[in-house]
Amino acid sequence: MHKIILSMFAVLFCCTSLFAAPAKNSIQVKGSDTMVNLGQAWAEKYMEKNSTEFVAVTGGGSGTGLSSLISNSCDIAMSSRNIKDKEIALAKQKGVNPFEIKVALDGLAVVVNPTNPVSKLTIDQLARIFTGKVTNWKEVGGADAKIVILSREVNSGTHVYFKEHVVRKLDPNSKEEFAADALMLSSSQAIADEVAQNPSAIGYYGMGYISPKQKALHVAKNELSEYEAPTIENVVNGKYPISRPLFLYSNGEPKDLVKKFVDFTLSKEGQEIVLKTDFVPVK
Amino acid sequence: MSIRTIKEFIIEKLIFICGIASIIFVGLIFIFLLKEGLAVFQTVKPFDFLFGKNWYPISEPGQFGIWPLVLGSLLVTVGATIISVPIGVACAVYIAEIAPHSIKEVLKAGIELLAAIPSVVLGFIGMITLVPWVKTTFHLPTGLTALSGSIILAFMAMPTIVSIAEDALYSVPKTYKEGALALGATHWQTIYRVILPAASSGILAAIMLGIGRVIGETMAVMMITGNSAIIPHSILQPVRTLTATIAAEMGEAVVGSEHYFALFAVGIVLFIISFGINVTADLFLHKKR
Repeated sequence: MHKIILSMFAVLFCCTSLFAAPAKNSIQVKGSDTMVNLGQAWAEKYMEKNSTEFVAVTGGGSGTGLSSLISNSCDIAMSSRNIKDKEIALAKQKGVNPFEIKVALDGLAVVVNPTNPVSKLTIDQLARIFTGKVTNWKEVGGADAKIVILSREVNSGTHVYFKEHVVRKLDPNSKEEFAADALMLSSSQAIADEVAQNPSAIGYYGMGYISPKQKALHVAKNELSEYEAPTIENVVNGKYPISRPLFLYSNGEPKDLVKKFVDFTLSKEGQEIVLKTDFVPVK
Repeated sequence: MSIRTIKEFIIEKLIFICGIASIIFVGLIFIFLLKEGLAVFQTVKPFDFLFGKNWYPISEPGQFGIWPLVLGSLLVTVGATIISVPIGVACAVYIAEIAPHSIKEVLKAGIELLAAIPSVVLGFIGMITLVPWVKTTFHLPTGLTALSGSIILAFMAMPTIVSIAEDALYSVPKTYKEGALALGATHWQTIYRVILPAASSGILAAIMLGIGRVIGETMAVMMITGNSAIIPHSILQPVRTLTATIAAEMGEAVVGSEHYFALFAVGIVLFIISFGINVTADLFLHKKR
């Protein structure tokens, strides 16, 4: 709810600024829901320091952000996945040249209800659960209850990342899909809420959403390796197997205002904000 | 030609343009839908599109079978109809025939208020209250089911059904009622045997319009039906509706991609369904006159 209201304000503000000030002193940042809190925090701090400039941050999903960048309706796209070849081709067609900047890392937590006895799984077990091959918790050491799979909608970078790295286990030729009966929820918060109240649910989202109402599973690459918890430390040293980079995309190499903002996000101060919003700094 | 006739002429034409504007808009929207939506059939066969069992739009290659979505929409709609029609019609009968004047006014105001609640608010309330209730009552793994969607949508269809059915009941000539009562029929017999049959076409139209409202509803169903694209075997399973699919995926679809065209084709299917429902409702309404 919070985010929706914030983004509404952002939209409202950019509308008014559009009408009031045709001179270009604002930038539009749009995209990944995972990164929206981070983007907001950056924008607030940035505007505190540069009070004449305006940064509007809205969510919608990585795909939404990238399509806006391609259609030139935003200056920076936030994305929790790499841009697809298809999108680059389309962008080139429209004279847009996506430029990638890695700004943070994120561990993807797999969460269950705290009452669930299962507390660690391997990537292979996760893949079997999320493709619907394992349907009962007792098959992975839990109670005798049907597993309720929660997934993000397809416009989410988190969905795409999880599909490639867990469901398909990084095999580009794999044809595996999420189980058809997986519930598709429209936000990470919705998944957090459902996991908190449903003892047989399993879901995934960025580390920032973990709270005491959910239990984050320890995950291992395979049976032989250690089970690791999704903590900032384990993401930095690469032990936690499901972590991903977070990107900003601009049209061509950043310049003027966009460059100033991007430089800010990569500065010491910007990276401290990354840490504060529960992501992992790149510098 | 005097100034007056010119003025008259211009005003007449202006009103004419306003009058046909809505038809032009519907036509343009339909043409646009066709133009964008039919492109998907260059890569997917119409039969596979309508009756395909898998909806995996972002895979390579994408699978575009909307059969689970069609069934999802139908199941939620049928469920909502079963719940809302008896309650809605009974409510209309009570308001039109039985209720004393003061209660009638309160009820009508209440129903108008129900119609004014935004669907996202109903969805939100459903998510917090109805979904956990459905889960514990039926001992389900999750409460995000077609049944939850049906119940919330029934609330949305009810105001439409009540107000139109009530109009239909009012338009039954008073002489029918007086005749029946004079022949010694009781109040209930009069309602059941005379007034309801006389108003039946109007009531059917009310039901059809209620269904039309339900099938086009998006936000509430997206929030509480779980959105999994499976072929449902019972109303206690999650479903994904046509409308929720468009709403959830339009943001991601790259303009000009197969996925984008497929979503417009889903739009065409929806358009045809609601057009059919509206035409049927219209036929019933005209039969009455």
